[in-house]
Formats: sequence, structure tokens, C-alpha cells
Amino acid sequence: MTDDARITWQQAHDAGELRDVPFETMSGVPVDPVYGDAPYPGQYPYTRGIYPSMYRSRLWTMRMFAGFGTAEDTNARFKELLRSGGTGLSTAFDMPTLMGRDSDHDWSLGEVGKAGVAIDTLVDMRALFADIDLGGVSTSMTINGPANVIMAMYIAVGEAGGVERARLSGTIQNDILKEYQAQKEYIFPPRPSMRLVTDLMRFTAAEMPQWHPVSISGYHIREAGSTAAQELAFTLANGFAYVEAAVAAGLDVDVFAPRLSFFFNAHIDFFEEIGKYRAARRIWARWMKERYGARSEKSMLCRFHTQTAGVSLTAQQPEINIARVAIQALAGVLGGTQSLHTDSYDEALALPSEDAARIALRTQQIIAHETGVTNVADPLGGSEYVEWMTDEMERQAEEIFAQLDERGNGSILEGVYHGINAGWFQGEIADSAYRFEREINAGRRIVVGVNAFTDGDSGEGNILRISDEVEEIQLKRLAEVKLARDGGAAQSALDALIAAAREADVNTMPAMIDAVNAHATEGEIVAALESVFGTYVETERI
Amino acid sequence: MSSPIRIVLAKLGFDGHDRGLKVVARMLRDAGMEVIYLGLRQTTDTIIAAAEQEDADAIGISMLNGGHMALSRKIIDALAAAGMDVPLIIGGIVPEADREPLREMGVAAILGPGASDTEVAEAVRSAVGSRSA
Repeated sequence: MTDDARITWQQAHDAGELRDVPFETMSGVPVDPVYGDAPYPGQYPYTRGIYPSMYRSRLWTMRMFAGFGTAEDTNARFKELLRSGGTGLSTAFDMPTLMGRDSDHDWSLGEVGKAGVAIDTLVDMRALFADIDLGGVSTSMTINGPANVIMAMYIAVGEAGGVERARLSGTIQNDILKEYQAQKEYIFPPRPSMRLVTDLMRFTAAEMPQWHPVSISGYHIREAGSTAAQELAFTLANGFAYVEAAVAAGLDVDVFAPRLSFFFNAHIDFFEEIGKYRAARRIWARWMKERYGARSEKSMLCRFHTQTAGVSLTAQQPEINIARVAIQALAGVLGGTQSLHTDSYDEALALPSEDAARIALRTQQIIAHETGVTNVADPLGGSEYVEWMTDEMERQAEEIFAQLDERGNGSILEGVYHGINAGWFQGEIADSAYRFEREINAGRRIVVGVNAFTDGDSGEGNILRISDEVEEIQLKRLAEVKLARDGGAAQSALDALIAAAREADVNTMPAMIDAVNAHATEGEIVAALESVFGTYVETERI
Repeated sequence: MSSPIRIVLAKLGFDGHDRGLKVVARMLRDAGMEVIYLGLRQTTDTIIAAAEQEDADAIGISMLNGGHMALSRKIIDALAAAGMDVPLIIGGIVPEADREPLREMGVAAILGPGASDTEVAEAVRSAVGSRSA
């Protein structure tokens, strides 16, 4: 059996192309592509990695999240990242954009272009991707509540530039469930939000084969304070919920599941993180096969992006964050990530400065090209500690799945809705965050530079500051777009979208694309949908 | 002062990062204060109305996104317009260079990342104390 597995693995490994680099130590000793026992990387349940040769064939995508100021500012940063060796774009939007409101909304004051780029209309989106070949890059967009509006704009920009939608490649986060649980950037109530998610899943399954319509994200759950096991379990449970929702919307599991991807945190407890990634792959494969009846191997693969833990960065002695980020990034790589964002050392103070973003990217390049860790797939597999940690993560996650299954009477989707409405996820996360904080305060947990080794804080240096001018520029542009457009056409497009939203079995995406092409603003489109779906208000609990 | 300090805690506007605010809420509660937790998506109006109705001794606002200058100005103006002398404490990511201007604007205390439970409670007590002095 083991011999068969080895032969199958070898054949799969040999069938793939390898990078043209020597696979040997720096002292010239050749090393094997994998060590240890079956199942090997690329073999069910993929604990050891989703590909047989892992980074020997292809390094992870170095995807640096960027966005600030006007679309032109971010466009310049994108081009800089592509020039310096980044291989994918990743877009951060400002708060008003993330909340589906325009820059001229009352609450937008002081927020426009601050924590990301401001997008109100198609004109902004066109400027954001100006002179970048959308057929040649893969783009990740981190937005959830109004994800479909931004997706529609991206499609419109691509098509206006001659790149048909089928050629667009990338990911939109669109993971609304974790918004209620952790990040809190929701707009509509959970069920209609889920309808929008399944609309996009259906749309991309039919028309955009290279697009990932949902990136199921544990990152924010962890940042909000969860433990590693909670991050793992809540994220995968949300994944199961999307699978159940898509199946209920009439999609075949093997049609959409290969386009699902995940996004995990890389926190500072090195082996716990590695165990978490390995467990994620194993759990996802098993559940997809056994519970959801997936037949295609691609449906069972837990592909994931990783970002180092923003919350672990200290405002004190900020430069020591470079070391934290390197260790966290290494955990992501040893855990077999498909793409990686490394945080900039100054992120506890402000958005990343250009220098800090460059150092963060260089950190990945050191791991990729100097350390040799890419030579061997799952190099820690077989370590008794790592295998135990993997099993332990899985055990804790399964306990949580059992609770959610019970809450939902046999449906994880219903269990997740129930958990959100009861504030259960939110409470679990807040409990963990508070426990962690108390441990630091009591000195039981050391955070270097914060409650120990505090000498040497040289202050914050040059941090990126977004001028308030951005707001003026953006407001002026928004007003110009509204003046120049055919107001009647924009209104009819919004009316058509409302009509589509009212019919549960009509996909809202075509009407959404028409609306952005008619230069309806993001805020207008979201308001139109709210008129049908309502607005979610969380019951606040400490 | 025999009755416990009453503090309104909220986040203003869009920003949904409520980890810090929830931790602070529990810290202050454990320090014996009464916490009126408004949570997310509050406006200057809802915060001031709550502070008035609840007879709050202090208001704590958590901010993360770099909008602290504009947002602090907005709430301080609104407090002045309502004729209320309630100290405003802000927590979150505030660059060093903005701290003095914020204090001049009338912000009573600024709590950054890494502030301990005793520091947080002390900042609130002293902000409340300086008002009644």
C-alpha cells in the first residue's frame, strides 16, 4: 500500500514541471522532494500539501495587500509592487467602500482613502487598474458586504479594456459569514447576504472559470481574538455553510467547490500554526468527500492564502516586528500556503510605508530563495510533535463542528446562522481575546517590547500619512461623475437591479454590471439592494 | 466619590474593529466601573444621547483607521454644543505626532496598543477626576 502510494506520488511528481534551480543544500548536498510516509503531498487527505512537488514546481504567490488614498495613489503602489517582483495584486479598500457607502456619505468624513483606496464609481475603478493588463495579473480584492458591486466594476473595467470576463483571474473575498462573527463589515442581514454570495458563485461558475468567488477567511476571526483552533473551526464551518448554500441554490458541488479558497492567519506560535494548516487540509478533504459527496479531487483541496498576524505587531520598538513577520511567514510556508502577504513592521502605527512594504516583500524572497525550505514538501511531516499538533487541531475543530451541527439540526449552514444570531461566535472570540489580554497583563505571557525587554524604543520613524486632500479630490470626482452621467439611465439600471433582487431565483450579477456601467455609484447600488434586503444591526454584547 | 464611574464605550461610524473596545469594556468592568457598551456604528448623536441619559462620567471611543483627528473634533464639538462636560478618552492607533494636537483639542486621554488593564483604568479615573476637580 505504502509502496503503491510512493509510486503514485513519484509519477505525479515526475509529471509536473520543476523550477530550474538546484534542489540541494547550500553545501551542495542533493535533497529528496519529500521524506517520510504516505499519504504523500498531493494525496488524499492532503495533510502534507495539495501538490505532489509543492514549491519545487511553483513558489507561493507573493501577494502584497495595498491600498490607500485615491485610485491613482494605489495604482502607483501596484505598479511599484509588480516592478519589484510581486506576482499578484491585492486591493485594500477604505472603510466607506467596504461598507458600501460613497465618499460623500455623512460617516465618510475622515475615512476617505485612509485605510485603503476609495472607490465610488467605475471611473475610480478604471483609474485603480490603469495601465495594468488585467489579462496578465491575478487580482485579489478584499471586500465583502458590497463584494458583488466591486466585482461588477472589475468585470466592466476588464471588458472596456478588451479583456473578456472569462480571462479575468483572481479572488474576491466575499466571505460574509465571518463579517457577522468577527470583522463586522456587514450590510444586509445574513440570509440575503448569502443569496448575493451564491449569485456570484453561480455567475463565476458559468462565466468566469479563473475567478475565485469566495475566499473563506479565518484571518479576521483570529485577528479579532480567537484561538488557532477557533480560527480553524469557524473558518471551515463557514466553508461548509457556503457549500450547503450553493448546493441549495442548485449548483453541483464539483462545479463550484474547486473555485473555493481559504485565507488563514499566520500567528506567532510556530508549531500550532503549522498544525493548523495541515489539519485544515485534512478536514476539508474529508468533509468534502464524505459529507458533501465531492467526487473531483479539486473539490477536496484546501487552497489557502496566508497573512502574517497584524495583531501580533507591536507599536513599541516597531522594527522588531520584522523578526515576528519572518517567523510567521516561515510557518505559513512550512504549512504549505499557496500565497502569502507579509505585514510591514510599521502596521501597528499606520498603513505601511513604502520602505516597510519592501522589507516585508524581501522577507518572503529570503524565505523563498535563500533558506532552502522550498526544496522539500512538508518538511516537518513525520515529526511526532507536528503530527500530534495536527491531530489536536483537528480534534478541537471537530468538537466545534459537532456543536454547530447540533445548533443547525444537521445543517452547518443553519448552525452558523444560529450561532451568529445568538452572538455565540462573537462571544467565543471576545472571551479568547480577553483571556489573552489578561495573560499579558498578569505577565504570564511575554510580548517582547510591551511587557518585557522594553528598552530601545526609538519611536515610530517615518510613517505613511494620508492627506485630507484625498477626500477633497474624491468628493470632486464623485460629483463630476454624477453630473456627467445620464441620470435617467443610472436610475433605470438601479430599478432593474431592484427588480432582480426581488426575485429569489434571478441572478443579480447581470443587473449589477449594467448598473456600474451606467455609472450608478457603489452607495446607490447598495441602497437599492437595502430597499429589498434590509440592513443588519447587531445586538451588541460585551 | 462613592458611586462607581459610569463610562459609555462606542465606536463611531463605519469602523468595525471592536476587539480592543470589548477588551477595554471587560477591563473597566473588572475594575469596578459601570460600562454602557454601545458598540459599533454609533454617531455623535447616539453617543451623546447615551451619555446624557445614562449620566455618564466619561466617554470612551475606539478608533483604528487613521480618522482620529476628524472624528475626535466632531465629537468634542458635539459635546460642547450639547453643553456637556464629559471627558473624552480615545483608544486605538494614534501616531505620536497627533497626540499633542488631540490633547489641545480637548481629548482627556489617549490609550495606545499595549496599554495594560491598570493603565486603562487609571486613565479613566484620572480623566474623570480632573473634570470634577
